[in-house]
Amino acid sequence: MPKRDIGRGGQCVEDPQWMRKNHMHLLKHQRDETVRKGIRDENISLKNCIECHASTKDDSVIARDDSFCVACHRYEAVKIDCFECHSGMRKSAWMQRNTK
Amino acid sequence: MNDIDIQRRSFLKTSLGAAAVAIAPGMLLIDVAHGKPQTVNGPKSANSKVRWGMLINTTQCKSGCNDCVTACNRENGLSGDTKPTDSQWIRKIELKDDSSGRDLSLPMMCQHCEYPPCVDVCPTTASFKRADGIVLVDKHRCIGCRYCMMACPYKARSFVHEPLHDQKPDVPRGKGTVEACTLCVHRVDQGLKPACSEACLNKAILFGDLNDPESEISRKIRSVASVQVRADLRLNPGIRYQGL
Repeated sequence: MPKRDIGRGGQCVEDPQWMRKNHMHLLKHQRDETVRKGIRDENISLKNCIECHASTKDDSVIARDDSFCVACHRYEAVKIDCFECHSGMRKSAWMQRNTK
Repeated sequence: MNDIDIQRRSFLKTSLGAAAVAIAPGMLLIDVAHGKPQTVNGPKSANSKVRWGMLINTTQCKSGCNDCVTACNRENGLSGDTKPTDSQWIRKIELKDDSSGRDLSLPMMCQHCEYPPCVDVCPTTASFKRADGIVLVDKHRCIGCRYCMMACPYKARSFVHEPLHDQKPDVPRGKGTVEACTLCVHRVDQGLKPACSEACLNKAILFGDLNDPESEISRKIRSVASVQVRADLRLNPGIRYQGL
């Protein structure tokens, strides 16, 4: 298991081992529910994942080689498309930086 | 009969029973039909009893004022440039009637049609209409073919030509997909007004539920003359214009 920065961490959905195996199914299911039906279930939304798992140093899940998403995805050589459109930054930090 | 058939039969029996139990105790098909908030079934979703729309009062809209456009750009993280390859979700249009000399200024964006042509032509069902009447692009499915851009009589849609960086957390946007006014769906779902409506100092953009006869917008539409742009196409847009 590669070394990774889990940010604030904690557990709100399932235990880490389950999440390692199944997080992609939750995210994929939830994205359709949210976009197409308007069901914004905070608990398993990508934004909410990022909120806790973004690094406490740079507020991102993708900025560095040991960032929360990047570390394992690089190790396993699985490309993630999410962040070509979605922000990998904690929303509160993004807002703070971009509102004057 | 082999094993699989027996299993299938018993599975169907149990699931039918389960379905009956789920529907029976006091629930609620009637509530569903009457559009009550479906908290029983989990979190809130877009409700087909609602139809979001706007009434734009062109007599209040000031020529040269760009506040709605700026607000939209800021809210959705658009660059604000107007080159052919830049996204524009809302545009200000200046019209002049030559015979009378009357000047008009109005904002133009996705009209959130009841029968959206962009949805008809989409080969991947990425273009869709939400239950509450908001027409959106599901960018997870969009392949960037741009049929919808050609189908839209309002030229409301834009294509993202260049890679984007540092998008807003609330508004994911990406290269190779089509996008348009979302009626600020992320704000509407929180109970807020769209950014353009909130930004208009002259209160020219009235946002509300067209299906609720008591809403401000419905009352206004009943009492003043308003038109839909290109009403001849019978797309029944959710955006109406007053004084056009």
